[in-house]
Amino acid sequence: MDDAVSVRDLVVERGGRRVLHGISCAVPRGTVTGLLGPSGSGKTTLMRAVVGVQSVRSGAVDVLGRPAGSADLRRRVGYLTQAPSVYADLTVRENARYFAVLHGRGRAEADRAVADVGLATAAGQLVGTLSGGQRSRASLACALVGDPELVVLDEPTVGQDPVLRADLWARFHAMAAAGTTLLVSSHVMDEAARCDRLLLIREGRLVADDTPAAVRAATGVDDLEEAFLRLIRGSEEADA
Amino acid sequence: MNPTILTATIGRILRQLRHDRRTVALLVVVPLVLLTLVYFMYVDQPTPPGAPSTFDRVALIMLGFFPFIIMFLVTSIAMLRERTTGTLERLLTTPLGKLDLLFGYGIAFGLAGVVQSTVASLVAYQVFGLDTAGSPWLVVLIAGVNAVLAVALGLFCSAFARTEFQAVQFMPVVVAPQLLLCGLFVPRGQMAGWLQAISDVLPLSYAVEALQEVGAHAEPTGTMWRDVAIVTGAALAALVLAAATLRRRSG
Repeated sequence: MDDAVSVRDLVVERGGRRVLHGISCAVPRGTVTGLLGPSGSGKTTLMRAVVGVQSVRSGAVDVLGRPAGSADLRRRVGYLTQAPSVYADLTVRENARYFAVLHGRGRAEADRAVADVGLATAAGQLVGTLSGGQRSRASLACALVGDPELVVLDEPTVGQDPVLRADLWARFHAMAAAGTTLLVSSHVMDEAARCDRLLLIREGRLVADDTPAAVRAATGVDDLEEAFLRLIRGSEEADA
Repeated sequence: MNPTILTATIGRILRQLRHDRRTVALLVVVPLVLLTLVYFMYVDQPTPPGAPSTFDRVALIMLGFFPFIIMFLVTSIAMLRERTTGTLERLLTTPLGKLDLLFGYGIAFGLAGVVQSTVASLVAYQVFGLDTAGSPWLVVLIAGVNAVLAVALGLFCSAFARTEFQAVQFMPVVVAPQLLLCGLFVPRGQMAGWLQAISDVLPLSYAVEALQEVGAHAEPTGTMWRDVAIVTGAALAALVLAAATLRRRSG
């Protein structure tokens, strides 16, 4: 069982429109897998299916050896929604402590999670008074506080300054080295190079599922943005 | 339900309330201002011999009514925020059970309702000389049960509102008919049959009857306990309905 997540022929419809057209892919354990694609390509829908909150039309999603959404997965999976979902009328620390209790953890773990996202000095501040970037890091702290086996992060680095962004990616890799599996979405291609594996989706279809090095080799270009462009053009020509 | 998670959820909701000092102040002060208005409205009205004064009759029912209206509104908005800010979706991916969340709200805002009605009762009895045959603590008990009922209805109704504008519209829909038909304006026995039938299925009618029992009898009566049980049952039924509106999976 090497894959933390395996998706087979996943079809999702939202509001009568097909958002995912039979996606099959896998996320190996202990890796940082990047889910890349433009806004509206279906990244969030795929992530929601993995954490088990998305109604699916057909196909199967297995997470840590169990069907996605199984009750016992709730303590093993951490989820960061795209919009920061923390309580604006609580402090950073109060938010982290609440989510810590939900995951069976204590105050020490909560304070550590807050420090790990660089918010130690803002811990006593109400989330509603934070900047957008700080708010999304507060939300990230709440996703990581339970020390889950699988972490699903929907655009965790949007709005962060470059230094913090580098810190966060270093932290993701440290977690992966310790055995955690991370599925991280982004619409910024320069983050693709930081991932162990890449899933590129466009208009609800998987365009690539490989390592950055293999994507570069297959397309013959070094720049991943350019490589993706070639993959997309190649798949469009194949369709035509 | 998990006791640790339930306790943490109650604490979290009360902490959110505590950070909003103005709301806390409004919760406590507004009922006192309204009681003062009612007192001066009726202070010079003649009372038929042998009947309770109009102030006693109206103020007693108002004490049960404040937490009902206020907690309904507060809960509808709080739960709508959970839905619109994504915290609800996130909570449902954690080990938190639906009942942990719903009972968390019921208990947290139920407590807020008890505090509100305790302060209001204290002022009504001590300052305005409210006179009831039964104990003021029974009034607070009934007000507390009313608060829990309001929270349960608020949790349920919030599922049908997409915006805060819609959520506040449920207040007149849910609260106003219960106020009109509860027996405060026209005794229930004197209403047309079909109005009485509607009144009979509205839980607030039983809360008002329970309060009137406290007003008229020195000891808690069987009717009062039956009414309290009916209101509690209605609250539990509304919580179950609210649980059915919480879906872990959505489109």
